[in-house]
Amino acid sequence: MVDNSKFFNSEVTAPVFGHSSIGQNDADLTTQHQGEPQGERIIITGKITDDVNRPVSDALVEIWQTNAAGRYIHKADTHEAPLDPNFSGGGRTLTNAEGIYQFTTIKPGAYPWGNHTNAWRPAHIHFSLFGHTFLSRLITQMYFPGDPLLKFDPILQSVKNPKARDQLVATWDSSITKTGWALGYKFDIVLRGPNQTCRED
Amino acid sequence: MPKPTSSQTIGPFFAYCLTSSEYGYTLVADNSLKSPSGKKIKISGKVYDGEKKPVPDAMLEIWQADPEGTFLAPQSEKHQSFMGFARAGTGEDGSFLFNTVKPGSLKPIRGLPQAPHINLHVFARGLIDHLTTRIYFSDEAHTYKDPLISLISDKNRKQTLIAEFQEEQAGCAVYTFNINLQGADETVFLRW
Repeated sequence: MVDNSKFFNSEVTAPVFGHSSIGQNDADLTTQHQGEPQGERIIITGKITDDVNRPVSDALVEIWQTNAAGRYIHKADTHEAPLDPNFSGGGRTLTNAEGIYQFTTIKPGAYPWGNHTNAWRPAHIHFSLFGHTFLSRLITQMYFPGDPLLKFDPILQSVKNPKARDQLVATWDSSITKTGWALGYKFDIVLRGPNQTCRED
Repeated sequence: MPKPTSSQTIGPFFAYCLTSSEYGYTLVADNSLKSPSGKKIKISGKVYDGEKKPVPDAMLEIWQADPEGTFLAPQSEKHQSFMGFARAGTGEDGSFLFNTVKPGSLKPIRGLPQAPHINLHVFARGLIDHLTTRIYFSDEAHTYKDPLISLISDKNRKQTLIAEFQEEQAGCAVYTFNINLQGADETVFLRW
């Protein structure tokens, strides 16, 4: 690794995506097909800020996830769980002027993987984010509160600081939950800003 | 002040969302950048792990200036025709390809001329955090005088950031740029 902090220049700019990058149903993963997908309908919303608490507006947020049965639509996923013809599991949106994004989707399922004996990934949603510099780029995963698999998951546990791990777990929120329709979760994200010297994990 | 959210691996299952051309559709970006002006280039290579095995499911993202050396503001009219950002997934053999145009020279930094370069992020299963580096060009006069290249003392290590000109192909300059995630030939990655 070479410390380039004195000469960063091209990296402090970043692509900005417009509404033309976003399709009509991209932020509601339950309406991308003819019928409704199987599973528990959920709303996920949160605020994207930089590390000096400024909202990151017009940030592109992309997500991908399994269906309710724990199966990705990806060609390489061989888990013996059914695909859902009404669910692709990919979404994207832009944050508004206050840095807020929102998705409607289905709660993903846990799935087995070969990491260790009887290893299961806890339910999670992959998040990909662009901030206002190329160095703010972040790909992370969001988890669900109360999941007994969290403490056994080597991927979540790769984050050593317990507070930083908690930051990756969404919180259930009654004010986001819609009566008679969907449970609501809050997941805020902090991107590295121009003043961040290193990322803690 | 809040701590930045921790990075997590991209995992193996991102392609249908992020590099979807193999599924027959393009979402936010693919591996080609078109520009009404400038020299057309192709950059291809392979991504290798620490055991020199090809990485079949990495994702690369590039971000670059236009042929005039400008990072285009989204409001500008020119931005409609050149966005500066592209994405490629690697194939079974670890290979990738970008079709783009040669970026122009950027403004000097601290009085030192900057050689044309492309910013690059590398994401792969097994990387908790992605890696950041730059792609320079072997046929640019200022490459070896660039302030970042000058920071690297070892000659062989410098070469890991320099795409090697191969040939002209129908008006397009073809370059090779391989990426080694670990090992003796490890690509120089940047921290800050």
